[in-house]
Amino acid sequence: MGRKILLEHINVPGINSYDVYRSKGGYASVEKAIKTMKPEDITEEVKKSGLRGRGGAGFPTGMKWSFLAKPEGKPRYLVCNADESEPGTFKDRYLMEHIPHILIEGMITSSYALGVNTAYIYIRGEYFYLVRILEKAIAEAYANGWLGKNILGSDFNLDLYVHPGAGAYICGEETALLESLEGKRGNPRIKPPFPAVAGLYGCPTVVNNVETIATVGPIVNMGGDEYAKIGVGRSTGTKLISASGHIKKPGVYEIEMGVTVEDFIYSDEYCGGILNDKKLKAVVAGGSSVPILPAHLILNTANGEKRLMTYESLSDGGFATGTMLGSGGFIVMDESTNIVKNLFTFTRFYRHESCGQCSPCREGTAWMEKILAKILGGKGEEKDVDLLWDVQRRIEGNTICPLGDAAAWPVASAIRHFRNEFEDFVRNPANQQDIKYYFHCNNIDSAAAYSSI
Amino acid sequence: MSEIKFSTEAESLIQNILKRYPNDRKKSVLIPALHIAQAEFDGWLSVPVMDKVAEMLELKPIEVYEVASFYTMFNLNPVGKCVIEVCRTSSCWLRGANDIVAYIEKKLNIKNGETTKDGKFTLRTVECLGSCGTAPMLQIGEKFHENLTFEKVDEILNTHQNLEKHCTYLDATTFRKN
Ligand SMILES: Cc1cc2nc3c(=O)[nH]c(=O)nc-3n(C[C@H](O)[C@H](O)[C@H](O)COP(=O)(O)O)c2cc1C
Ligand code: SF4
Ligand code: FES
Repeated sequence: MGRKILLEHINVPGINSYDVYRSKGGYASVEKAIKTMKPEDITEEVKKSGLRGRGGAGFPTGMKWSFLAKPEGKPRYLVCNADESEPGTFKDRYLMEHIPHILIEGMITSSYALGVNTAYIYIRGEYFYLVRILEKAIAEAYANGWLGKNILGSDFNLDLYVHPGAGAYICGEETALLESLEGKRGNPRIKPPFPAVAGLYGCPTVVNNVETIATVGPIVNMGGDEYAKIGVGRSTGTKLISASGHIKKPGVYEIEMGVTVEDFIYSDEYCGGILNDKKLKAVVAGGSSVPILPAHLILNTANGEKRLMTYESLSDGGFATGTMLGSGGFIVMDESTNIVKNLFTFTRFYRHESCGQCSPCREGTAWMEKILAKILGGKGEEKDVDLLWDVQRRIEGNTICPLGDAAAWPVASAIRHFRNEFEDFVRNPANQQDIKYYFHCNNIDSAAAYSSI
Repeated sequence: MSEIKFSTEAESLIQNILKRYPNDRKKSVLIPALHIAQAEFDGWLSVPVMDKVAEMLELKPIEVYEVASFYTMFNLNPVGKCVIEVCRTSSCWLRGANDIVAYIEKKLNIKNGETTKDGKFTLRTVECLGSCGTAPMLQIGEKFHENLTFEKVDEILNTHQNLEKHCTYLDATTFRKN
């Protein structure tokens, strides 16, 4: 059994309540921090732990914290990114639903470290039932003196609030999130300035993912060095993986970084193998944005080494033969899956979620969706596959925020590894008997509508 | 044009949430306020309702419209008492979301995006709701219905047949009184 840090007490009845959470050692990191540590000591421990942002980019958290500007007379903010909208990702939801206090504890300890007196949890609007859960947990934390004025008799004050979004994937991008929190459309800002200098209300701000912040408590408790012993190389600690698709046991798993992908998919401790014992075809390992890999490349690297669930191993081979750990949204597809149809769901998603500020993203995602619909509808030509490749290439790297890249990568990787499936649609449109049904269920009027692209 | 009036409950809820932001940053309450307004006025945001929100928060109407039109959870047209939102993104698609959509369409005799004539149900498809491990799934108001089967869908449709009020994402008890 792998070591559990965040989910250690997940099976304890009532762990979602304050009393049980506290009886299992909850809020110890706040006590330790406020009573025995200076704020900068905590940042130091987080640096030592090697913790990397769990929201997708994997940026070292301690380093991010040390960039936070500290001008006199300006408040600083900590904002927790609970927007969790990357398709295939549902770990933050799991954590907030079942152990809400671990996030609140992390927010308090992190705020102390950063000199923050007002912190927000920005949560996607679709998770309103979690707003209810978090609000109750926050009320418990206030009632027990962990929030509010003079926490534990110190001169540290902290107010913590939940703020709901209203349905927009782009608000997971940190600057769009800040715009949204300010009551505006979720249009990403041009960086620099980075939030560490000018974030919420123009003040220095740290934005961190739910899982990242939840991990700060355990790091303070056990010490950064101890945490860094878990895992492999620069992939320290544990990671929550959201596993979905054609597997026997979908769900959220906490893995020690370094588990092999094969073990993760096939062992009973995790996914339990492919649904109905079919063959594995492909995996999207880190949420919809990361490149899809065929079975042979997700199980082993191009050099024939076993692929591990770490930042480095998953990206081994670059985009030619590798992928990314991303948000840990692990989507498994069996042999019956049509890669082009799956891709269509992603491309439509990005077209729908593009904020529309940059032409390559706004126009490119819509164009890609149309080309795909044309191909799916049996009206495609071979040159359309090349056109699709060309469009994605022109989006990547040419936009304000990384959503453009996120839209391009799934397209590029699907063509790279499964070009034959695109061509099959072009050559044998009559083979695709169920396409009418697929189109109907997906609100596509008819292939004809797209045949002139 | 009828005068738009929020219930005192809704108004005090907005006032209460307003305290969470700095005094000179009232606009931050806009999204929560629009959610409350939508719940208060039959599940959608008419222009007079949005104008009222603008007045309450001392914003220009355009500042409210541009936000309301950006976010998918805000309805700018009337909807049924029960809005059924079926996720259609990859993980749900892999586990049969299309069949769920087609089944509901048949049962309700409407197409995706439409509202039944009696105004009871609206059906629409949405993007990933963070429930991929329990796919296929749908959301009604704040509630997630997961691991769907046709039997479960039947049951859901039955229990939402004769609603008195619109299903909403939030109510007066969602937020803590701070
Ligand atoms: C389009 C887009 C969507 C994103 N969505 C999320 C999200 O839902 N949750 C999240 O934590 N980070 C998301 N991110 C990453 C954030 O911008 C940011 O890097 C992250 O919140 C930083 O936290 P971390 O360092 O703890 O990972 C997204 C980024 C992009 C470009
Ligand atoms: S890349 Fe897309 S989502 Fe990001 S700012 Fe540009 S248009 Fe908006
Ligand atoms: S794909 Fe449907 S909830 Fe994520």
